[in-house]
Amino acid sequence: MTLLEFRDLHVTYTGSRGRLPAVRGVDLTVDAGETLGIAGESGCGKSTLAMAVLRLLPKSAEVSGRILLDGEDLLAMGWGRLRAVRWTGASIVFQGAMHSLNAVQRIGRQVAEPLLVHERTTPAKAARRAEELLERVGLPPSRARSYPHELSGGQRQRVMIAMALACDPGLIIADEATTALDVMVQAQVLQLISGLVAEKGVGLVMISHDLSVLSAVCDRAAVMYAGRIVEQGPAREVFANARHPYSAALGAAFPAIGDLAARKRPGGLAGDPPDPSRLPRGCAFAPRCAVAVERCVDESPELLPVPTGGSAADPVRTSACFVAQEGEPVVAQR
Amino acid sequence: MSLNDSVLSARDLRVEFGLPGGRVARAVDGVDLDVAPGEIVALAGESGCGKTTLARALLGLERATGGAIAFGGAPLRYSTRALKAYRRRVQLVLQDPSGALNPRHTVYDAVAEGLRIHGITDDEPGRVAEALSRAGLRPPEQFFLAYPHELSGGQRQRVVIAGALVLQPSLLVADEPVASLDASVRGEILSLLLRLKEEQGLGALVITHDLGLAWSIADRIAIMYLGRIVEQGPVEQVLTAPRHPYTRALVSVLPDSPVPEPVVLAGELPDASDIPGGCRFRPRCQEVASGAAAPVLHQCEGEDPEILGPESKPHVVACHLDRARMAV
Repeated sequence: MTLLEFRDLHVTYTGSRGRLPAVRGVDLTVDAGETLGIAGESGCGKSTLAMAVLRLLPKSAEVSGRILLDGEDLLAMGWGRLRAVRWTGASIVFQGAMHSLNAVQRIGRQVAEPLLVHERTTPAKAARRAEELLERVGLPPSRARSYPHELSGGQRQRVMIAMALACDPGLIIADEATTALDVMVQAQVLQLISGLVAEKGVGLVMISHDLSVLSAVCDRAAVMYAGRIVEQGPAREVFANARHPYSAALGAAFPAIGDLAARKRPGGLAGDPPDPSRLPRGCAFAPRCAVAVERCVDESPELLPVPTGGSAADPVRTSACFVAQEGEPVVAQR
Repeated sequence: MSLNDSVLSARDLRVEFGLPGGRVARAVDGVDLDVAPGEIVALAGESGCGKTTLARALLGLERATGGAIAFGGAPLRYSTRALKAYRRRVQLVLQDPSGALNPRHTVYDAVAEGLRIHGITDDEPGRVAEALSRAGLRPPEQFFLAYPHELSGGQRQRVVIAGALVLQPSLLVADEPVASLDASVRGEILSLLLRLKEEQGLGALVITHDLGLAWSIADRIAIMYLGRIVEQGPVEQVLTAPRHPYTRALVSVLPDSPVPEPVVLAGELPDASDIPGGCRFRPRCQEVASGAAAPVLHQCEGEDPEILGPESKPHVVACHLDRARMAV
């Protein structure tokens, strides 16, 4: 069953530098109980997409298209209904928990706040529930009396997850939720998130620049570049057998330990993502692409099904690359 | 390898900090480490393990409270003049190029600053041009008058590296050189470090929490836990067949890990002011928890596994259980 659906979503910011298209026509669905990974680097529009779901974008952002949560259009919703949907329908775990938590309020009170706002419960009941939630994310309930600065980075990120879970939302969006954490703490948090998804059947959208992490945690992955989805398919397959040259470069940036082909051969791309106010005419990736052909400079490729060599695990892979659509390799031979 | 052959070496190095209430944090607690000429060594561990303090001590930015640091066989001295001469040879590369560069200085000024500090006045433009071109910014003259905001993230980090190269050091100490860079730019900077080593024999100590980075460029790796190096050796051996339980756990949680069963350790790094007695990793050790370490448990509880010397064997492990297994 479709839980979340983006239909031709566009988001454009207007600032001192003129109009900046951040999301340029995204179509995407997430089913209940499914985990979708969105990969891309800074400025590709992945966080804008996340913020758009709960309408957390600044006023200067112009949004068109539709975002359906359980079939209900979030962009057409009145404020009262939207307030109810935030936390109860969908919640977001942001990166950098230090900045998202109130520094002068005890943890327990912050976790209880969404409950008090949304569930007409008594303060005593909300406090008890907050302690239960802290326990669920692996923190001792006594931590409810701590202030954010008394916790480590990993513990604060757990508090953010406890808050996101408070009102039993059907959808959780994790925006670089583990990026700032150490390997072992990241593993703890990812294990926790995966466990909760499996247990409660919620939908999870996980946003990260690290395709290797997404491939390990998510069912499906979508790779974004310059405001568009450039490749979509089963997460493992997108990582291991990319059908867009940008996904291939993103995957190569984080080599698997033990992969002798990657040993002492750091992969990467020259240059930066394009400036959204001055996008190239054809494919936005063409200026950094090693396999670009003439057509890529003039025409903008659409996201279409591509041949993947007949893997049964991969029935529908889509890629916005003319080269991949012709069935040609997307990685330049060394 | 004798002490004299290696460019930079630390023996039983200790850095302690006094804390309120008379407690002492042992941030670096007896470290042996060598970085040989033309070698890239990765120093890896979680935040709080002491790796940045160790790097600062190796650069003379933090005074060691015990042990010895030697460079080219000569002990590190802390007089202003001696440190200044030392830092010409051993250069630090900072992690965030946006923070390390002054937004109002041109690329030329940023790179020439080191020369000016060291009073090197002959052929400044030529030296700056050479450093930029070694860092892969070519043709260098085109970048002289650029400001940091006009450059890409990768180019900015190249400018920071050029600023280190301009003094013609024999060793770089790079603290998380790619942590703040975008995924696609990482490779560009790592390739540069690798090329500087392969083509010009420049050694580097790279401090990182990212084991993939070590796999991409390092020759040797040292894994640090709570102020101590617990495993050290060639990257292929340490990362594909880790022997210390902590290294095994770290490697096991990576995507596509060569260690089949993921071991997620509970809890977090203990406080450096309260280092557990015996083996410092014992309270979190999966081998102790599973009972596999039972035959040597008395040692784990009572004896600190000895400090590791890289000169003894290429691959060394500070674990009683590993020693028992290796002895069989």
